[in-house]
Amino acid sequence: MIRVVLPPHLRTLACVGGEVELEVKGPVTVGSVLDAIEVRYPMLRGTIRDHVTQRRRPFVRFFACEQDVSHEPPDAPLPEAVAAGAEPFLVVGAIAGG
Amino acid sequence: MSGVRLLVGTKKGAFVLTSDGKRKKWDISGPQFAGWEIYHVKGSPVDPNRLYASQCSGWFGQIIQRSNDGGKTWEQPGTPPGEPVTTPEGMPKGESNKFVYDTSPKTGKPLTTHLWYDGTPHPWEFKRVWHLEPSLTDPNTVYAGVEDAALFRSSDGGKTWQELAGLRGHGSGSKWQPGAGGLGLHTILLDPSNPARMFIAISAAGVFRTDDAGKTWRPANRGLRSEFMPEPTAEVGHCVHRIAMHPSRPNMLFMQKHWDVMRSDDAGESWREVSGNLPTDFGFPIEVHAHEPETIYVVPIKSDSEHYPLDGRLRVYRSRKGGNEWEALTKGLPQRDCYVNVLRDAMAVDSLDSCGVYFGTTGGQVYGSADAGDSWAPIVRDLPAVLSVEAQTLA
Repeated sequence: MIRVVLPPHLRTLACVGGEVELEVKGPVTVGSVLDAIEVRYPMLRGTIRDHVTQRRRPFVRFFACEQDVSHEPPDAPLPEAVAAGAEPFLVVGAIAGG
Repeated sequence: MSGVRLLVGTKKGAFVLTSDGKRKKWDISGPQFAGWEIYHVKGSPVDPNRLYASQCSGWFGQIIQRSNDGGKTWEQPGTPPGEPVTTPEGMPKGESNKFVYDTSPKTGKPLTTHLWYDGTPHPWEFKRVWHLEPSLTDPNTVYAGVEDAALFRSSDGGKTWQELAGLRGHGSGSKWQPGAGGLGLHTILLDPSNPARMFIAISAAGVFRTDDAGKTWRPANRGLRSEFMPEPTAEVGHCVHRIAMHPSRPNMLFMQKHWDVMRSDDAGESWREVSGNLPTDFGFPIEVHAHEPETIYVVPIKSDSEHYPLDGRLRVYRSRKGGNEWEALTKGLPQRDCYVNVLRDAMAVDSLDSCGVYFGTTGGQVYGSADAGDSWAPIVRDLPAVLSVEAQTLA
């Protein structure tokens, strides 16, 4: 199982607390993890990436194993520790005032 | 027993304010959707407990919320809490936050460009829902005015949205330009006497009217003059801040433009200025008395670069003659050191016998008058900046 940490506002929308665990079929990549998030929590579609272009929203970042993977291609493999569930995949809202 | 429910959208959540018909004591509940911008909350005229809310953030985009109990509980249409979030086939259900411009060859229009602030072409990009207008006859039908300007409709209670692409495809879209707050479609007026007719307003494009339920549109800006435009009387490009209509006189419209208060007596075919003796004719909201179709309210603001009341005195102005002759309403409002703004969707009226008038400020105050504006009192003083106020009169 893949462990995912969502930012607080998205946890509220998805009615979850803390980490969520997801099954990802096939290679574990940024794209496949986001696909799995959106299938399990359809209310989050459009909140992390655009409905149509599938581009990451500008103020959302992705971290894994203390690395910023926001700019990785969607099909780039995530670290083995994330794929094995040892480390979480982090969806982070940028610090941008508000 | 009669009562009033105010639906207040703020920069950091939604609040519901309720009172009995006396409108002296108010119960404040909220925040709902804490931390999110709530551009607008509005109830169905057919079913007052059916509410729609536009929830958005710069981080996570647009969410549509729906309530069936007057705002006590909310759900994202299509994914009610506790129910499976996928269909039996495993397909996702939640599409309620999906606003996609219709570019299909059959029903849509190609996405071209509109003007950016500097006059260069800029691609169309969906940002948020500014205004939700429930149908006058069906609680499951609701219109959404969005930024970048377009009109969407849902006929399944907000689960799915379809663009009425004839508006954006009118042909003048390439000349539309954002106002300071963005290229927003902020006003939707439904004609109660003619289901095929509606008016919308866009900042900064102007007013458009449809007479075929949204298939085709035409500009309705004749008589407007905007000095910031190269051609001040052009067909489109005007920064209309708000338009208002009394349901008993759907051909009589009132407008607060960037500068100028305007009036039309022919369903938007032509407009004339009725700013009259206003101390400044810049402002955002305009509203019509519930029982007197020619009694209108505005909140004059100093200027387009100084968005606060003139001389630090918060004054609502009322005309009982449909414009030109205005009186200042000040009793109960701060008359010194007040530098708040009142945004375009932040004024509303109830329809009790003595018409109630309400407005919210960017300083977080919501003021109410139970006597048509003669006197005012703060209902709540310290909310986040108020983006919108709607009033529901409850039986």
